[in-house]
Amino acid sequence: MSAPADAALTRRAVLQGSGALLVSFSVGWARPAQGAGAGAGAAKLPGSLAKSPLLDAWIRIDADGFATAFTGKAELGQGIRTALSQVVAEELQLPLERVRLVTADTGRTANEGYTAGSHSMQDSGTALRHAAAQAREILIDEAARIWKLPAQQLRTQSGVVMGPDGLRATYAEIVAPNLLHVTARSISQLTQPDQFRVLGRPLQRIDIPAKVTGGAAYVHDMRLPGMLHARIVRPPRHGARLIEAPLQAVERMPGVAQVIRNGNFLAVVAQREFQTIKAMQVLAAGARWQPTAALPDEAHLADTLLGLPAQTRVISQNTGAACGPMQLEATYTRPYLSHGSIGPSCAIAQLTEGMLTVWTHTQGVFPDRQAIAEMLGLPVEKVRCIQVEGSGCYGHNGADDAAADAALLASALANRPVRVQWMREQEHGCEPYGPAMVAKVSACLTGGRICAWNYDVWSNTHSMRPGPAGALLAARQLGKPFLEPEPKLIPLPEGGGDRNAIPLYSFGSSKVVHHFIHDMPLRVSALRSLGAHMNVFAIESFMDELALRAAVDPVEWRLRHLQEPRAREVITAAADEFNWAARPSPGGGRGCGFAFAQYKNLAAYCAVAMEVDVDADTGRTQVRRVACAVDTGQVVNPDGVRNQIEGAVLQSMSWTLFERVRFDATQITSVDWATYPILRFSAVPHALTVRILDRPGLPFLGCGEAGQGPAAAALANAIAHATGRRFRDLPLDPARLRRALAPQLTAR
Amino acid sequence: MIELRVNGRTHRISADADTPLLYVLRDELELNAAKFGCGLGQCGACTVLVDGIASLSCVTPIVLLAGRQITTLEGLGTPQQPGPMQQAFIEEQAAQCGYCIAGMMMRAQGLLQRDLHATDADIRKELEHNLCRCGSHMRILRAVRRAAGLMLASGSTGVTAPDPAQPSAYPEVTAPPDDGMRRPAHPDLRERPQR
Repeated sequence: MSAPADAALTRRAVLQGSGALLVSFSVGWARPAQGAGAGAGAAKLPGSLAKSPLLDAWIRIDADGFATAFTGKAELGQGIRTALSQVVAEELQLPLERVRLVTADTGRTANEGYTAGSHSMQDSGTALRHAAAQAREILIDEAARIWKLPAQQLRTQSGVVMGPDGLRATYAEIVAPNLLHVTARSISQLTQPDQFRVLGRPLQRIDIPAKVTGGAAYVHDMRLPGMLHARIVRPPRHGARLIEAPLQAVERMPGVAQVIRNGNFLAVVAQREFQTIKAMQVLAAGARWQPTAALPDEAHLADTLLGLPAQTRVISQNTGAACGPMQLEATYTRPYLSHGSIGPSCAIAQLTEGMLTVWTHTQGVFPDRQAIAEMLGLPVEKVRCIQVEGSGCYGHNGADDAAADAALLASALANRPVRVQWMREQEHGCEPYGPAMVAKVSACLTGGRICAWNYDVWSNTHSMRPGPAGALLAARQLGKPFLEPEPKLIPLPEGGGDRNAIPLYSFGSSKVVHHFIHDMPLRVSALRSLGAHMNVFAIESFMDELALRAAVDPVEWRLRHLQEPRAREVITAAADEFNWAARPSPGGGRGCGFAFAQYKNLAAYCAVAMEVDVDADTGRTQVRRVACAVDTGQVVNPDGVRNQIEGAVLQSMSWTLFERVRFDATQITSVDWATYPILRFSAVPHALTVRILDRPGLPFLGCGEAGQGPAAAALANAIAHATGRRFRDLPLDPARLRRALAPQLTAR
Repeated sequence: MIELRVNGRTHRISADADTPLLYVLRDELELNAAKFGCGLGQCGACTVLVDGIASLSCVTPIVLLAGRQITTLEGLGTPQQPGPMQQAFIEEQAAQCGYCIAGMMMRAQGLLQRDLHATDADIRKELEHNLCRCGSHMRILRAVRRAAGLMLASGSTGVTAPDPAQPSAYPEVTAPPDDGMRRPAHPDLRERPQR
C-alpha cells in the first residue's frame, strides 16, 4: 500500500480476525447493513437470504486473500460447487481460484433444506449472488470511510479496492471483525451481464480433476484414524420381524469387533472391510425373519393402485364453451423405478465426547440431523451432519438410511469412527423407489384444436424424506421402533404426484384431478423430477395422439395451444436444432418424436426431439439422434447446463426403455444390475445436442430435472411414429415391443 | 503374505488370500480410484488393469494376482501431471458424479493399449460392460476418442508415467473436506461443435 491511510489498514490487516474467523454460526439479530433504508427490511430478501439473512452466513473474507462462501446446498455431481463458486467470484470480483466453498454442513452453513427440485441455483445461487455483491459494496464503503473518500471514487478488481492516486487495499486488509455480520438488504448492485467475467462462462468443473486421478472425492474415500467397518443385515422385506440370528457365532469370526442387534436392526462391525462382509454373509444366512403381509401382484399393479383408497382433489379446472363428447381417451402407467446409484450408500459416524458427527451424502443435512437426533434421543446440537459427495443419488436413495445406520452404530461404539456401506442388493432392495403411477386422460377436438381435456393422475406421495426419525429404516427397526410417518402431499405449485399434471397448454375447458393414494405397497420417496416424468410422458404422449388424430404436425400442434413466448421459443429452437421440418418420414422402423414441458410449470423450459430405429424382430429401440433446447434463465455455466440436460435425457431414456422394479408376493426381486437392467453403451444415441437459450439477466431457473419428462415423451412419440403403434405402459422395453410388433415370433 | 505389484510398486499384503483385490487397493493401499459398485462383476466401477487387461477387482481374489502387473487409475497420472486418458476426461468434462468414471477410464485404457485406432463401435462395445447412471455416456465416448488422439500424438499411452506420488490420506480427516479441492487455473472449455 502506498496511501495516506496505510497505518490504519495495516493495523487492521494485522488484527485480521476479520469476518472470517467467527466461530459460531451467524443467526439472530445483527445491525442493519449500511445503506439499508427504512423499510428495506420489509421487502422479501432474494433466494435463501430470506431464511438466513446475515451476510457472513454466506460470505467471509479470509486473511489469506481468499473468500469463503457457504451454501446449504450439496454437490451431488450436478456441478453446483463450480457454478456457485462462479457466482461468488463474479459478484465479489475475485478470481475463481480464490473462492473457497463450504457446502451443506449443519455446523457451518445455512439451513437450505434439501438439495432437490432443481432449486440450488434459484435459492442458493441467488442468495450467494446478492450476498457477494453486498459484501463487495460494504468493503468499498469501509474503504471509503477509512480513506475519507466518496465510495463513488472507488472500484474493485481481483480482490482489491482501488481509489484515486494509486490508492489500493486488499479485501483482507479492509475487512474488520463483524463487518459482514449484517442483515442483507433486498436490493443489491449486481454485476450487469455484459460485464460478466466468470459468470456465464463454460469453466471446467472444480471437482473433476480429483475424480479422474483417484483423489479422495467421495464419502466412500474417507479414512479416519481407528475407523471400523460395518455392514447391516436387512430383512427380506421392510417391516419383517427378526426371530433369531447367529450372534455368538459371528462374534467369533476373524476381525469382528461387535455384532449389534437392537430389535430388528442387525449389524456387524469389524476391523477390515472384507472381514465385515464375510461376517455379514454368515449373519444374514443364519437370520430368520417373520414374513409380513404380501406385496401386490406386479402383473396387475395399475389395478392395485386404482383400487386403493385415495384422496381426490381437483387441482385445476377451466370451464369453456360446451363441446362434444370426449373422442379419445387413454391410460398411461409407470412402474416403480429405482434410483440405482452406482455406488451403494455409505456414511461414517463418530461419537466423541457426547458429540456425534455424521459424514453423509444426504441431500439434506439439517432434516437428516433432526431425524438422527430424534432416533438417538439426542438434542440436535449434539449431532452434526456434514455432507460429503457420494455416488449420484437422483433423489432420496439410501443415503439417509446409511447415515442413520452409521449414527446408530457409532453411538454404540463410542469414539470409534464407523463406516457403513450398503451392499448392492440392499441399495436395490431397500431404498425408497420412485412411485408407480397411473394417468387417465381424455379429450375432445373441434376445429383443429383441443376444446376439452380431462386428466386424472393416481400416485403415492413423492417424498418420505427425513425430518421425522420414522423416515429412517434403522429407526423403524429398533426395539423401541419409530413409526413410519404419515405420507404427505407436496403442495402445488411444485407438487408431488401432480407435479406437471396441469398442462401449460390452453384448451377450451379442462379439468385435472390428483388422486393421492395413502397406502404405500412398496417403500417410496423422491426420484428426480417426482411426478413430472410420468405426467409429462402422459400429457405429451396424448398431445401426440391428438395431433395425429387432427392430422397436424406435432410441433405445430403444440405451438397452436401455447401462448407463452418463452415456451414457444424453446419448442421452435429444439425443432430447428433437430431440423424437424426435414425429418425422415416414418417407415422401415424409423420415426421421430417431439415433446416439451416447463418443469413444474414455473422453472426451466425444455423441448426434446428424437429420431429412433425400432427393430420389430428384437423389440429393441436405437435412438439415432437427440436435439434439445433449454431456457434456464441466466446461465451460470453453459457446459454445466449441457451436462445436466444430456444426463437427464440419457437417464430418462433408461427409465423409459428399460426400468421396472420387480417383486413377487414376498420380496423385491430386482436386486442387482442383472435383474434391474439399465441403459448401457449399446443403447446410447449416436448424437445428442443441446441448444441453450441466452437469457442474460433473467432469474436462475435450475436445470437438473427439466429434461426428464420431455425426453421420456419424445422417445415414446418417436417409437409410435416409427411403429404406428402407441405404447402407453412403461417401460418400452424390448420384450413389450417385440410382443406387440412381432406376434408371429413370440407365438412360436 | 502375498506380494502385489501395483502401479509399479511392490506391496506385501497380509489380507486373506480370498480377499478381492478391490478391498486391498482401497483399504490396505489407500487407493481411492477403484470403487465398490456391486461386488458382483456387473457394473465395472471397480475396473483395473491386470497385465494390461481390464479386470473386475471386486471379484478377483488377490491369491490369483501374485506376480501380475496391476494398474489403477492412480497409475495413469496425477492432477498435476495427468496422463492422456485423464487429460482427455478433464478436457471433455466427462463426468457428473464421477463414481463410475475410474472404471470407465481403466477399461478404455486397456482398449487403447491394445488398439490406438479403435473405432467408435469398438469403444462402445468395450464400454458395454460398464454402467453410468448420470448419463455421461456421450462425454465418455468423446473423451476416449480424445485420449486416443492424445496418445497417438505423444506416442505414449501414459502408463509409463513417473511413479505416482504416494497416495495421501483423505485431507483434513477430522474437519469437513470442504476445501480439499485442488485448484488449477480454470480454462474455458473450448466451445466446440457437439457430436
